[in-house]
Amino acid sequence: MIDPHLRHVPRLGRQPSAFRLNGTPVITVMLGSAVTILPVIAQAPVMPPFGLLLLLSWRLLRPELWRTWIGLPLGLFDDMMSGQPIGSAMFLWTVTLIGIDAIEHRMVWRSYRQDWLIAALAIIFCIAGGVLFARMAGGGDINLYLVAPQMLWTILLFPFVVRQCARIDRWRVMA
Amino acid sequence: MARPPSRRPGHNRKAQYSLFASYVVAMTGAAVGLLLVVVAIFDPTGFAVIRTATAEITRPASIAMRNMVSGASSLDEVLAAYWRAGSQNIALRRQVEADRNRIIEAKAVAQENIRLKKLLKLVETDDSELLTARLIASSSSSTRRFARLNAGRWQGVRMGMPVRAPEGLIGRIHNTTPNTAEVLLLTDTSNIVPVRRANDSVPAISTGLGDGTLEIRALAAGRNPFHPGDLLVTSGVGGVYQPNIPVAVVVRTQGEIAYGVPLANPSKVDAVVVERSFEEAVTRTDPAADAVPVDAGAAANAITP
Repeated sequence: MIDPHLRHVPRLGRQPSAFRLNGTPVITVMLGSAVTILPVIAQAPVMPPFGLLLLLSWRLLRPELWRTWIGLPLGLFDDMMSGQPIGSAMFLWTVTLIGIDAIEHRMVWRSYRQDWLIAALAIIFCIAGGVLFARMAGGGDINLYLVAPQMLWTILLFPFVVRQCARIDRWRVMA
Repeated sequence: MARPPSRRPGHNRKAQYSLFASYVVAMTGAAVGLLLVVVAIFDPTGFAVIRTATAEITRPASIAMRNMVSGASSLDEVLAAYWRAGSQNIALRRQVEADRNRIIEAKAVAQENIRLKKLLKLVETDDSELLTARLIASSSSSTRRFARLNAGRWQGVRMGMPVRAPEGLIGRIHNTTPNTAEVLLLTDTSNIVPVRRANDSVPAISTGLGDGTLEIRALAAGRNPFHPGDLLVTSGVGGVYQPNIPVAVVVRTQGEIAYGVPLANPSKVDAVVVERSFEEAVTRTDPAADAVPVDAGAAANAITP
């Protein structure tokens, strides 16, 4: 039997629109940042940063998709939604993307496990950095153990998110 | 997967420059981001204007979803109520019988109270309540504890106003946009509330811990006067919060510090009340109060416990 997914293969020579090719990843990351508009009144930092997860997923799935400066506008949007001081995610996300570029040059063979390791380091860096910035910008005395559960399940959620990203990516490139 | 080839542009000058420029832009932007954080250290609400637009745009979505889930959030309570419904029903009926007498007594006391106050010519002006609104979203992924309120500057909400629920204190207004306001919750690590023990007025300071609990430090030196089960209410010191709003109950003590749990859970309460700042409620220049100068003194008297 033919794989049902193959039915979506388009006729030869057709291209998806430029908006679909370039806009989809940006929109998904912004939607990820916008999960904070869900009517959940959280008593602790429990929600995984979906914006960051989607950014890392796209970056690791499609290294050629974005230049490193994409962290600036997406980070600014995330700061506006998240309640962190403005500039926090702008800085952390851009530095993370530059860091992934640097690692990519050095790692010759990279597979799914290495991707997960890179993402885990990036998540720990971004959440810990976010705590540091929140503490500096008038947040009072925030302990790092407060975000340990959030870090843990954000890292555990990465494989799931990267799968969903791949699914969206398949739709994105097929007209 | 082998190394992706796209990052090394080869001998193409234009591609090399473009890659270099992208790194320059990224580095500069990161530095700007760091600078914005540094600015936020000195002026935490300085960039609130940037948030205004997003808060306003996302408000309808949050309200719509809030209306959808308001039933679902109390689903666990509904299910728990079905469990042992019969025995609970009998127990509750007995409770109602017992309470009825007390209510009649309380009504009599209240009436007597009114009569005595009239005798003393005390006019209780309790117009500190500004409006009732709903919490529609929160900073659930950040370490700061903000909630978004479905009322803003156009409804009269101002920075620093206390926010409470029937069960107890929720927090205070951190900043406002035309139709929404950000509430700094009681459990935020930067929210400091002067409190006292309800039964004997031992003064203390409550600070949020960011994980839904509070750290309570007694102002008096020496050993920790608090015990698990102590009820804490606002003391009115500082002029932001009205006195005697329930705040928290102490659950654990450790050395000099007591840990408390807020009495009002912002995720469970249906609506919250925004109040005028205590100082403002006492000293507000009311045209009617200006005409009759006795009123100002009467209002101050009414608030003194």
